Amino acid sequence: MTALWDYLRDNHAEIQSWAVTTLWLSLLPLLAGLALALPAGWLAARHAWTRDTLLALSGALYTIPSLVLFLVLPELLGTRILSAVNVGVALTIYVFALLVRTITDALTAVPSELLAAATAIGHSNLQRLWAVQLPVATPVIAAGLRVAAVSNVSLISVASIIGVSQLGQLFTLGESTETLTPIVLGLIFFVVLAFLYDGAILALTRVLTPWRKAARP
Amino acid sequence: MSSDLPGFASLGRWLNDPDNWLGSGGLLAHLREHLAFTVVIVLVAALIAIPAGIWMGHTGKGILLAGGFANALRAVPALGLLILLIVELSPHIHSRTGVGNLLAPGALPYFIPAALVLVILAVPPMLTNTYAGIQAVDPRAADAARGAGMSPLQVALRVEIPCAMPLILAGLRSATLQVIASLTVAAYAPLVGGLGRLIVDGQQNLIDPSLGYPAMLGAGITVAVLALVADGAFALAGRYVISPGVSGRRIRGRGTAAPQQSTLTES
Repeated sequence: MTALWDYLRDNHAEIQSWAVTTLWLSLLPLLAGLALALPAGWLAARHAWTRDTLLALSGALYTIPSLVLFLVLPELLGTRILSAVNVGVALTIYVFALLVRTITDALTAVPSELLAAATAIGHSNLQRLWAVQLPVATPVIAAGLRVAAVSNVSLISVASIIGVSQLGQLFTLGESTETLTPIVLGLIFFVVLAFLYDGAILALTRVLTPWRKAARP
Repeated sequence: MSSDLPGFASLGRWLNDPDNWLGSGGLLAHLREHLAFTVVIVLVAALIAIPAGIWMGHTGKGILLAGGFANALRAVPALGLLILLIVELSPHIHSRTGVGNLLAPGALPYFIPAALVLVILAVPPMLTNTYAGIQAVDPRAADAARGAGMSPLQVALRVEIPCAMPLILAGLRSATLQVIASLTVAAYAPLVGGLGRLIVDGQQNLIDPSLGYPAMLGAGITVAVLALVADGAFALAGRYVISPGVSGRRIRGRGTAAPQQSTLTES
C-alpha cells in the first residue's frame, strides 16, 4: 500500500496530466453520444423504416473493435495518430451505437394509453415527448448509459497500445519496467472511475424520477 | 491539424502486393491464427460458462454473486489485466514448446496469460445470458414436461435449453465478438500472433510501406470484417439452432405461424 502512495507522490505530475485526459475521455464521449442518440432513437421509435436502418447501422458500428477505430479515425479526421481526439470520437461512436438501441426500445415501451392521455389533455407531440415519454423512459435509458459509461472507461486504456497518453500508460509503463506498482495503481484508477460513473448515473436517475421512490419497497 | 501518416492510398498499394498477403508474416497467416485463437478461447469459455449458467438458472443458486461479478468485471480494463498477468505469470512459465505454426517456440509464457484474460472476459456474457435464458423459461412449460413423465435431465435438454436458446446464442455471439476484438489487445503480449500482431508491430516504423501503418490499417479492417462476418454467421446460425416454436418463424409447408414469444429477445 505504501508503495502505491510513494509511486503516486513521485510521479504525480505525469499521473495528473494522464488523469485529466482520462476524465475528459470518459465524460465528453458519454455526453456527445447521448446527445446524438436521443434524436436518433426518437426518430427510430417513430418511423419503422428509420428504425431498421438505424439499428442495423448502430449494430455494425458497435461490432468494430476499438483499436481499429483508433487507427482508422486519424485517416478520416486528419488528426495525428497520437491525438486523444481519435479516442474521444471512437468512444462517442460506441456510446451512440449502444444508446440508439436502448433509447428506441425505451421510447417504444412507453404505454400507448399514457400517450393517448397526454394528447387528450392537449399536449403537442413535442410537449408529450418532453413531459411524458422521456421521463417514463429515463430509467431504461439510464441503465443503458451505465453500461456505456463503464465499458467506455475500460476501453480508454486500449489507446495506450498505440501510445495515446492517458492513465493506461501506467500499464505499458509497468510492462516495460516489469514493476507491479503502476499496473495495480492503474487498475485501481480505472475500476474506481467506472464505479463513480455507475454510482453518479444511478443517483442522477433517482433525482430525475422522484415518483419511482413511492413505488420502491 | 494534419495527418502524420501515409494515407489510405498506401493501404491500396499494400493490399495489391501479394507478398503482404502470403507467407508466414502475411495477412492470411495472421487471419488464420486469429480465427484459431478465437475458436479455442470461445470454446473453453463456453465449456465453463454454459453448463454453469444452465445449472444456475435451473437451481437459482449463485445468480446474485455471478451477476455482481460479471458487472464488476466489465469495469476492469483488458489491457491492465493482461499486463498484470504477463508480469506476474510469464516468469513462472518455462515451457519453450511451440504449437505447429500457430505458436512460435517460446510464445507459451505470453500466450497463456493472454488466453486467460480473454477467457475471463468471455465467460460473463455467456454465463449471465444462459442463466437469464433458463430462468425466463415459462414454468408451465417445464411443469407440463415433468407431468408428461420427463426426467429432470430430459426437461433440461428438451424444454429448458431449447427455450433459452435465443439468449444462449446471443451470449455466445457477444462473447465471440469480444474475443475477436480483444485479441488485437492481446497482441500487446510479445510473440502472440493474430491480426493484432500487425497492428502492434506496425508502430515500430509507421512509414514502412509493408510493415508500418498500411499493415496496421489492413489488419484492422480485416478484424472489423471478421467481426461483421461472425455477427452475420450467428444471425444465420440462429435460424437453424433456435426452434421455430420459440423464434416464431413460419414453419415451412404448413403455412401457420408459431405463436410469438416476445419475452425471449436478445438482451
